Amino acid sequence: MTDNNKTDVIVVGAGPAGIACAITLARAGKEVVLIERGSFAGSKNVFGGAIYTQPTKEIFPDFETEAPVERCNIEHKFMILGKKDSTTITYRKEDNVSYSVIRAKFDRWMAEEAKKAGVILVEETVVKELIKNGTTVVGVRTELEDYFANIVILADGVNSLLARSIGLRKDIETRDVALSVKEVIKLDKDTINNRFNVGNSQGVIGEIFGGAMSGILGLGFMYTNVDSVTIGLGVTLDDLVENNYRPFEILEQLKQHPSIAPLIEGGTLKEYSAHLIPEGGYRKVPQLCDNGVMVIGDAAMLVNNLHWEGTNLAMISGKLAGETAIQALDKENYSKKTLCEYEKALKKSFIMKDLKTYKDLMNIAHARKKAFMGYYLNKINSFFEMFTSVNSIPKKEGYHKFIKSIFTDRKFTELLKDIWALLRLIWSILL
Amino acid sequence: MNIDKKLFTLKYSPDIQSHLKPNKKDCKNCKTKACTFICPAQVYEWSEEKQELIVRYENCLECGACRIACEHKSLDWKYPKGTKGVTFKQG
Ligand SMILES: Cc1cc2nc3c(=O)[nH]c(=O)nc-3n(C[C@H](O)[C@H](O)[C@H](O)COP(=O)(O)OP(=O)(O)OC[C@H]3O[C@@H](n4cnc5c(N)ncnc54)[C@H](O)[C@@H]3O)c2cc1C
Ligand code: SF4
Ligand code: SF4
Repeated sequence: MTDNNKTDVIVVGAGPAGIACAITLARAGKEVVLIERGSFAGSKNVFGGAIYTQPTKEIFPDFETEAPVERCNIEHKFMILGKKDSTTITYRKEDNVSYSVIRAKFDRWMAEEAKKAGVILVEETVVKELIKNGTTVVGVRTELEDYFANIVILADGVNSLLARSIGLRKDIETRDVALSVKEVIKLDKDTINNRFNVGNSQGVIGEIFGGAMSGILGLGFMYTNVDSVTIGLGVTLDDLVENNYRPFEILEQLKQHPSIAPLIEGGTLKEYSAHLIPEGGYRKVPQLCDNGVMVIGDAAMLVNNLHWEGTNLAMISGKLAGETAIQALDKENYSKKTLCEYEKALKKSFIMKDLKTYKDLMNIAHARKKAFMGYYLNKINSFFEMFTSVNSIPKKEGYHKFIKSIFTDRKFTELLKDIWALLRLIWSILL
Repeated sequence: MNIDKKLFTLKYSPDIQSHLKPNKKDCKNCKTKACTFICPAQVYEWSEEKQELIVRYENCLECGACRIACEHKSLDWKYPKGTKGVTFKQG
């Protein structure tokens, strides 16, 4: 950095988006300062979670052998919880699509890699505001100093107070974020292997529907780490507000479900944590670039919540913004027009395409949540309850009763609305 | 398990000043007092006696939910200073 604290690029936030962006620039020989508010990269970060092999390899080709990963996920469980019962669909394949990681370790490792590539990492420093010259962002103000750069890239996560401060995005609404709480529960390795039916370095992902989250827009998750199990859930903030729910109480209920409790029994709580998840989707993606500035990762609402994908969208958006910044630096042109190449690249990539695929998902889910996140989930369990029961009632009667119940439980108009919503959803996803 | 026990698992280095500043007037007129139940760390408690919020900012997990959920959109919310606040060892 020169005497007047000026560098090529400043990246704010050392999460997957910021680190991927900074390392892309440093590898091209550009001078990058990466500013992180936590005492180390990862110390403020919380996710489920799994990182995905293919996109992570685009930034860190050797991460599978070098990074602190926990377990390679070979099984996905989709668990639908009733009050006392549950139905689970399991997909298992010994493959390496994703790994469970602990963010405090993994983000820190990524940041070290970035440093090795030449990124200047400044930790324990909060960017308080952006410095503008006319309509152009020219630097950042921290608690101690001002730093200047040709381009400032905002990777400050879901709250992105910085993108909001310069009008790139509006304030977040309660319906566009989920509040997530989670617990990492210590269990010994063999217990985890036995309970989840996996080998030493193999892991399981659980996606949990219904139960304590019946009728609200909430999903639970479970991941296996080397010697701990993660369990958590995310509920849209408007549902918490409307129902007067305390998030950790829902989690306590979830942990007590008879299909969940045995999996974590005897474990001790290692850490409790909470974080927001952007859920606004395609329609809520903010303005992504302006003179001297770009927005990446969660700060740009780039999360595919249905698939629990966030780190991959963060990393790849970071890479694309980094590539645009390299071109801009080579041309010495930092105008909105030049930086909007990033937006174009994002549109061509899976990121915007996937968000577009699910553009109607959240609206429909909000409108029909009682039906889809409550009633029908319970119906799946009651179907299997009927199917597996042995009670000397003729099977045909059982089937008829079950089918009849669908038409008598709820108003016919509601049923039509559900079918219509489902068709609209399928239509919007596939076409 | 109650929330205090959960929070006990975390590493904090609290600041001497709160980074969370509710607007006292708005809180008095606030119907939902959403912050008092949605907060994952139960930072806010309404004191009937004092007619104001008690803010245990030192327990904050820095998620940002209270700022968004605030009925009056008037909660002055900042990140704690760079060396302060919560440190997740797992995340
Ligand atoms: C509960 C939960 C489960 C999830 N599960 C998964 C999963 O299994 N797989 C997956 O791929 N994704 C998952 N996600 C999503 C994923 O975690 C995010 O999409 C991803 O972390 C976004 O990366 P980011 O770099 O944009 O933001 P973040 O990871 O949030 O990083 C932002 C960084 O900026 C720093 N920062 C913020 N403001 C400032 C400032 N003013 N000054 C300096 N630094 C600042 C923060 O400290 C932080 O380090 C999950 C999210 C949650 C909350
Ligand atoms: S929601 Fe906002 S206005 Fe209401 S009590 Fe909480 S901080 Fe005060
Ligand atoms: S930021 Fe999150 S943890 Fe902190 S007070 Fe607000 S809601 Fe509670």
